[in-house]
Amino acid sequence: MMTTNQAISESGQVDSEQEGTNLGLSPTMAALKRARSHYGLKIGLGILLVMAIFALFAPWLAPHDPYLQNLPMRMLPPVWVEGGQWEYLLGTDHLGRDYLSRLIYGARISMTIGIGAASIGMVIGVTLGLIAGYFGGWLDQAVNFLVTCQLAVPSLLLIMALVFVIGQSITVVIFVIGATHWVFYLVVTRSATLRLRELDFVAAAQAMGCSKFQIAVKEVLPNIANQIMVIFTLEVAVAILNEATLSFLGLGIPSPIPSWGLMIAEGKQAMFFQPWLVILPGISLFVLVIAINLLGDGVRDVTVTNRRN
Amino acid sequence: MSIYILKRGLMAILVALTVSFGTFALFHYATDPAQTIAGEDAPQEMVDDIREQYGFDRPAAVQYFDWLGSALQGDFGESYFWKQPVVDLIQEHAKVTVLLALAALAVTILIALPLGISAALKPNSWIDRFALSTAVSAQAIPNFWLGLMLIILFAVTFPIFPVSGDATWQHFVLPSLVLGASSVPAVMRLTRTGLLDVLSSDYIRTAKAKGFTGYRLILQQAMRNALLPIVSVLAVQLGHKLGGSVVTESVFSMNGLGRLAVESIFNSDIPTVQSLILIFVLTFVLLTLAADLINAWLDPRIRMG
Repeated sequence: MMTTNQAISESGQVDSEQEGTNLGLSPTMAALKRARSHYGLKIGLGILLVMAIFALFAPWLAPHDPYLQNLPMRMLPPVWVEGGQWEYLLGTDHLGRDYLSRLIYGARISMTIGIGAASIGMVIGVTLGLIAGYFGGWLDQAVNFLVTCQLAVPSLLLIMALVFVIGQSITVVIFVIGATHWVFYLVVTRSATLRLRELDFVAAAQAMGCSKFQIAVKEVLPNIANQIMVIFTLEVAVAILNEATLSFLGLGIPSPIPSWGLMIAEGKQAMFFQPWLVILPGISLFVLVIAINLLGDGVRDVTVTNRRN
Repeated sequence: MSIYILKRGLMAILVALTVSFGTFALFHYATDPAQTIAGEDAPQEMVDDIREQYGFDRPAAVQYFDWLGSALQGDFGESYFWKQPVVDLIQEHAKVTVLLALAALAVTILIALPLGISAALKPNSWIDRFALSTAVSAQAIPNFWLGLMLIILFAVTFPIFPVSGDATWQHFVLPSLVLGASSVPAVMRLTRTGLLDVLSSDYIRTAKAKGFTGYRLILQQAMRNALLPIVSVLAVQLGHKLGGSVVTESVFSMNGLGRLAVESIFNSDIPTVQSLILIFVLTFVLLTLAADLINAWLDPRIRMG
């Protein structure tokens, strides 16, 4: 990671060894070139693509119905353990459901919740950040107070209380996690807006008669898109871990939906005899989250110039 | 300085009040406390009696300030579910959580600081890479899953530490490892970047020219400045650990405040939930305030300005 960055000068130009001259390279092209030699980003993206394909095409790729119970076949070990069967590659759970199929469908749940919750947080945080940064004054103070309150509440407890009160479902979990994870977006948007507000091109837009709303959307937003994208990826990972924790504690995705967190909770009863029931979904979570984080770190490295290295 | 403390203190109180009122409103409108006390299948007359007796038919704001008034005098009400004073409940459970949070903080410091310092001293070396990959992996491991893996490992393969309960100090070893590990990435990264920044500053060059080397240069000269952001983040992390030991306590079956909070949520036990949230929020705000004061003491620029 470090060595690839060192080959790139601070101005964002690619080392001329790699591909001819770099004169006239647009920022986007330069970022793409940097991305091509960024190992973390490539590994993360590769893993994510594979998992996304599994999630998208789950009905065709999963060998069995993830909800189909087959009690005579319950608690089968994975195929490499003695007693395992090729028909159930990763074994079965306490109700005889095929574990591989449940893991594949679980990727769907995790990704839906991660992307959904991070999007909701983004809408809340960016909107509040633009308001606070652009209008300032009492609005800024009000938003600041909101942030202080949000940070002071133990977020997991708040999420659990909200899910308990509203009811357990995928939609509720997405909204509740999203509604409690917007502070990072807000902080970045607010400070970027404060900085941009003073720049000439915003003054020019004002002089041309653009409304405050137009300036916020057309002038300020495009300039912070990179940073927002980085936060988005990292928040997807946070949301996925949050959902898994909630489901594990019994206040997230309701049974029998194959959420990885819920699978760990169900496997916990038998974890001393059939540890793979707990190990496999945990590893799936770990791989997915680490891939997302590698992608996020990578995107930050290649796009956000002042933070690089 | 005293005006600064006063302002921050007022803010803390305002935040705590807002949050605790929010919690109250949430449960007040979404659940029926009279039904909770009476039980699921209680006859309607009984529920109505209880509603009148406890004053649940009064407006929400009146009930809230009634509760707040007694809370300020140290009376947090009586638990609907455990049918005993909330103060007693909290006293019973607080010790485990405080011990666990402090032990976890120690684990975080013992792992994150040395790792972050060594990484900053030799950027791009193998130790730097090791530290960064530790941070990336630790961030991706689900906390509760790490706990379960340790339980499997220590219950079956190396039965040296107990894996459930909170009776002896040995019971705290594994939980504090799990809870402490969750803060390692943030603290480690901050130590690394903070120290890197400080090491490239002019005063360190001067110190080097004066002949400071080795640990005296790092610990006496550089760390003092690099510590400022670390103190703040440690305070935040300790606050999160006190309020967020929910998962660890559940996994290791420890009777702390986190588990008490989960159980009271499950049982719509409004007085307990509300008191716990108030305590968590107050602790968090006071800890961050304390961190600011320590920083002011460490850095004259904050103190004087």
